[in-house]
Amino acid sequence: MNYLVTVTTALRVLKSNKSRTFLTMLGIVIGIAAVIVIISVGAGAQSLIFNQISSVGSNLIGIMPGYSDESGPPASVLGVAVTTLKNDDGLALKKINGVVAVTSYTRGIASVQWQNQKIDATFVGTTAEYPQVEEADTLWGDFFSSTNDKGISRVVVLGFQVWQDLFGDQNPVGESVKIKGESFRVVGVINKKGVQGFENKDTLIFIPLETTQKILLGISHVSLIRVKVVDDQKVSEVLEQCRQILRERHNITGSKPDDFSARAAKQALDVLSQITNALRFFLAGIAAVSLLVGGVGIMNIMLIAVNERTKEIGLRKSIGATKRNIQKQFLIEAVILTVIGGFLGIVVGLAFSGLVAIVANYLGYEWQWVVTIPSILLAVGFSGAVGIVFGWYPARQAANLEPITALRHE
Amino acid sequence: MIKLDKISKAYETDGVETPVLFDVDLKIDSGEFVAIMGPSGSGKSTLMQILGFLDRPSTGKYFFDGKDTASFSDDELASLRNARLGFIFQSFNLLPRTTVLENVKLPLQYSPTTKEKDKDGLANEALKSVGLGHRINFFSNQLSGGEKQRVAIARALVLKPEVIFADEPTGNLDSKSGSQVMEILDQLNTQGHTIILVTHESNTARFAQRIIAISDGQIVKDERVVGKKQYAGELK
Repeated sequence: MNYLVTVTTALRVLKSNKSRTFLTMLGIVIGIAAVIVIISVGAGAQSLIFNQISSVGSNLIGIMPGYSDESGPPASVLGVAVTTLKNDDGLALKKINGVVAVTSYTRGIASVQWQNQKIDATFVGTTAEYPQVEEADTLWGDFFSSTNDKGISRVVVLGFQVWQDLFGDQNPVGESVKIKGESFRVVGVINKKGVQGFENKDTLIFIPLETTQKILLGISHVSLIRVKVVDDQKVSEVLEQCRQILRERHNITGSKPDDFSARAAKQALDVLSQITNALRFFLAGIAAVSLLVGGVGIMNIMLIAVNERTKEIGLRKSIGATKRNIQKQFLIEAVILTVIGGFLGIVVGLAFSGLVAIVANYLGYEWQWVVTIPSILLAVGFSGAVGIVFGWYPARQAANLEPITALRHE
Repeated sequence: MIKLDKISKAYETDGVETPVLFDVDLKIDSGEFVAIMGPSGSGKSTLMQILGFLDRPSTGKYFFDGKDTASFSDDELASLRNARLGFIFQSFNLLPRTTVLENVKLPLQYSPTTKEKDKDGLANEALKSVGLGHRINFFSNQLSGGEKQRVAIARALVLKPEVIFADEPTGNLDSKSGSQVMEILDQLNTQGHTIILVTHESNTARFAQRIIAISDGQIVKDERVVGKKQYAGELK
């Protein structure tokens, strides 16, 4: 019996029992696709987190009120309001050599109304240097100016999404909107920016800092100062100077701790790469588990399929099949099932992980569709080996029985 | 051609030995039509399975064509079952969802001496001889019981074996299909095939020239039948 005949025979056997073939193949397809999808989605999530953080910019320094040590979060993150950080602190940092721009922030949520359209938006109180620090440009009009900063002007710049929700495609510059019941004049719209640092920048509105402090929030402190440094190399030097100046301004001497946390975005990136590394191990663990689960699934379906055919093995032996004939037949059947199932599994896995990427991108996340060759090889190699071994080994066991024992098997 | 010398067989289940055959001595010559009869549990099927190399005896010697079969390798036994023996089972044992032709061609798949191009012809010829030439493209599960058993006969004789074993071949059939099957076996015997039949129906056994009665694992009677054709006529 040559191999060509065996292969055509095997194909005929697989075709003659379509439901069994389908189920067996389904086990292999799901096993392989699951592993590919999980590895790909994991890598995509990792790239998303990394992009989000790095999109903030690596030459930025962030200063938040309240002390924290290097590894923990600043107090303000924990919901403690610390009021020691002021806009003047930010202005003082401008003198440092190597600083390009500085801006301060406050934040709040308010309803925004234009004619009959009303939405809730997060407002950001900031200064005229915001576009420089965050690299934002305008679609309509201009960002507010430093004159607006000082004059407590009631002007507002809209995020892309807010503009679309309120005005559709209309030019809003010069229109008047109501924020918390107060009238504000729209001076500009910022171009579409998408999600950065896990925040959708398009749903924000921007108001001069002092206006938010005095009119909307009734506070005098700021929640964040951002310093943009001329290049990455100077970041740590500038950071140290920032600390010195702020300590002086806040009258902190000797070994007393800071009442603020100054961090470079780069530091955050380093912390982050630790997180993503942890994530990578976690995903590898999940992939290993799914590989195992898929493997057990394939093993079971193969065992059941062969067990069901013990009688057929008995019959074949009784009409003259040798052990080798039986082994070869089942081995080739298992190989055919695994090859076709493996191919379909790859296709399904790619399609599914691609779909996840498409949906994530549609939702505004910068999700990369990552499928690595090693992940495919791992999935196909392991599942294929399991499928072939457990398609062949029990058949070998059955072929070793006396024909009548196999024939009597129910 | 077949000679058994003190053959015994015992099955072991969960450590308990159940004896089935004791010290069976038997000689069957080429061209005979032998019926092995006995009540269920008497060991008649086991005896046939040992004769047909579907099972091995626990003790004793089995000479086939003068050779001690204990020395035969698995592959030699497989080729013996393929080329020189044919089996017909009570439950047909056809492959489901497979055509009649493919079922009959099955033994040819394991026959190294049969050329690929001759296989369809041999299978067709065998099917014609059992009167099923018109059913070759039917699936085995579309056939009636009698037709299934005739396909099984075609499968058993496709390689023109010397000995055909039939284990209760009419057990699952109505009397009309049963007598059809028996007539075919009778015909095969006339053509020179040795037939070894296991049955508990005396009507079926009457086609044989020799009846071996077995009870509790031992041969209790072994006698030649005279004028068997007469009985066959009665059955019709």
